[in-house]
Amino acid sequence: MAKRPTPTEFIVERDKDRCIACQVCVRMCSNDVHIYDADTNTVTSDNSKCVGCHFCETLCPTDAITIKKNESSFKPNANWSVSVISDITKQAETGGVILTGMGCDKPYTIYWDHILLNASQVTNPSIDPLREPMELRRYIGRKPDKIELDYNKKGKIELKTMLEKQLKLEVPIMFSAMSYGSVSLNTCISLAKASHELGIFYNTGEGGLHKSLYKYGKNTIIQIASGRFGVHPEYLRTGAAIEIKIGQGAKPGIGGHLPGEKVSKEVSEARMIPEGTDAISPAPHHDIYSIEDLRQLIHALKEATDYEKPVGVKIAAVHNVVPIASGVARAGADYIAIDGMRGGTGAAPKVIRDNVGIPIEFAIAAVDARLREEGIRTKVSLIAAGGFRSSGDVIKAIALGADAVYIATSALIALGCSQCQKCYTGKCNWGIATQDPYLTKRLNPEIGVQRLKNLIRAWSLEIKDMLGGMGINSIDSLCGNRTHLRGIGLSDRELEILGIKSAGEPQ
Amino acid sequence: MKRIRIDEKYCMGCRLCEVHCIVQHSKTKNILKTYMGECSKPAPRIFVEEKGYVTFALQCRHCEDAPCLDACMTGAMYRDKETGAVLCSEDKCVGCWMCIMVCPFGVISRSSDKKIASKCDLCMGEDMPVCVKNCPNEALKYEDSKD
Repeated sequence: MAKRPTPTEFIVERDKDRCIACQVCVRMCSNDVHIYDADTNTVTSDNSKCVGCHFCETLCPTDAITIKKNESSFKPNANWSVSVISDITKQAETGGVILTGMGCDKPYTIYWDHILLNASQVTNPSIDPLREPMELRRYIGRKPDKIELDYNKKGKIELKTMLEKQLKLEVPIMFSAMSYGSVSLNTCISLAKASHELGIFYNTGEGGLHKSLYKYGKNTIIQIASGRFGVHPEYLRTGAAIEIKIGQGAKPGIGGHLPGEKVSKEVSEARMIPEGTDAISPAPHHDIYSIEDLRQLIHALKEATDYEKPVGVKIAAVHNVVPIASGVARAGADYIAIDGMRGGTGAAPKVIRDNVGIPIEFAIAAVDARLREEGIRTKVSLIAAGGFRSSGDVIKAIALGADAVYIATSALIALGCSQCQKCYTGKCNWGIATQDPYLTKRLNPEIGVQRLKNLIRAWSLEIKDMLGGMGINSIDSLCGNRTHLRGIGLSDRELEILGIKSAGEPQ
Repeated sequence: MKRIRIDEKYCMGCRLCEVHCIVQHSKTKNILKTYMGECSKPAPRIFVEEKGYVTFALQCRHCEDAPCLDACMTGAMYRDKETGAVLCSEDKCVGCWMCIMVCPFGVISRSSDKKIASKCDLCMGEDMPVCVKNCPNEALKYEDSKD
């Protein structure tokens, strides 16, 4: 048979007794799932087009719509699952690479769920964060090994050590790189404004900086990636820090591709490329083939910005992340951002997203341990990224050795994202991963900013509670303090790499 | 006075404001009964204008210098002293449609069942007009205007 349709993923269940044919769903679905028939005054649906984003379900004024997973008629099979059969069918028809969006959704072990936190009892009093001050402020950047003092001409003691430029975070959480182009301007504005109000940072990704975002420069980490899109002197001067992106957790080893359809006039201006052309970031930086080359770029950027801004490097968590991170630290980076395999993306080949890289838990633990062994941990800050779902994950990452955490998927979920993984189509109904003017206006930045602020506020309150429970009053005292962690359901080898003891083992 | 401010940048054109306006002015104020039970559902008093991707929901502006007040021959159109809103008294309206003719915004329409004018009444009695309350993207705001 020449053609076999791929199985329908979702069923749109419409309660006939509740549907008032108001057509809100018809007007709002960017995938044209809902169809209004004026003759019968009824709304029907084309299930095959539904991506499961739940936008119609959210808006339906009578709760008449329920989106359900299609329990397909394929015989259940652990090996040949419905998604495997669908992918093979699609590839047999098109001969193409299967694309997807967001982070890896395969059921690999989530190690955060196998790590438990400590709390104080009897011998070490816990702290009540409502009554006592609790410090969540973190500084990202190179720290001095020691503090040197000297006498000045008047004979008074003076500080001799100069502190390198630091990023001051009020909460050890930042918004990870998402480029303008992959996400809408309203998403960027929400992230930028929320960062400004929260005293944290967001990251431009490699999309350059839209002219309306320059005013948030003090809370912006600007990224320089292999495509060098949007990089110009003003861009470098505007950011609070510069990040060289080597890799991304969702697609380590490969570059990026923003399709021409998404390159609108404003995106083209921000990226400094012609309108409507594909923005292709090469897989490697063609001027970085070694740590020495990276060192040159780091110092070129520092030189270009008068040594006023920290320069960081973002790498994906891959098998050799430990020696690579050590090299990056020695190359002069002020911070290393490590992106684990569950990190999201706007578009990536599914096979790469789901099969390449290692979980952030191992990467952060192993890198922190090695940098300590080598005596260079103070020279560089570590930022963990890739699939942080809650304040619990954040505090565990910090106890494993991260200085701060990058979140992006959770931030998008706060803005409405329902993880339908169709970012690459540019038809995001929630107005996030799209440049279509019909869709981008669905994200009102005023609401977005409030929701992001609420999320970070909620997480910081929870982090304070957990810290208090452990008897710690400053997040600094928890960084790399693995004695507060215990593993559960992990093998000896896994515990060894994570550098933590098993649940039940005392100090 | 408190007015409805339109932010067309964030109007998605879903027309939920229309749905809720209809329900609010129905007999039962129950969405299912309004659409499926009542013999005639009221006409919406809010109008979603669309051109290209620009959409916005327009309703009576409750003009300071309202032409409908002057045009009304029976005095059905009146300004509420307390709120400053321009309202239509159903008892007095004779359906001459002069208000519809003179309204510069085109936001007065004929009632669906009676021969009277129908227009935004700012959902008198509610804390906030239902269109504002139910706008999923806060494209409508109910704010004090400076005048």
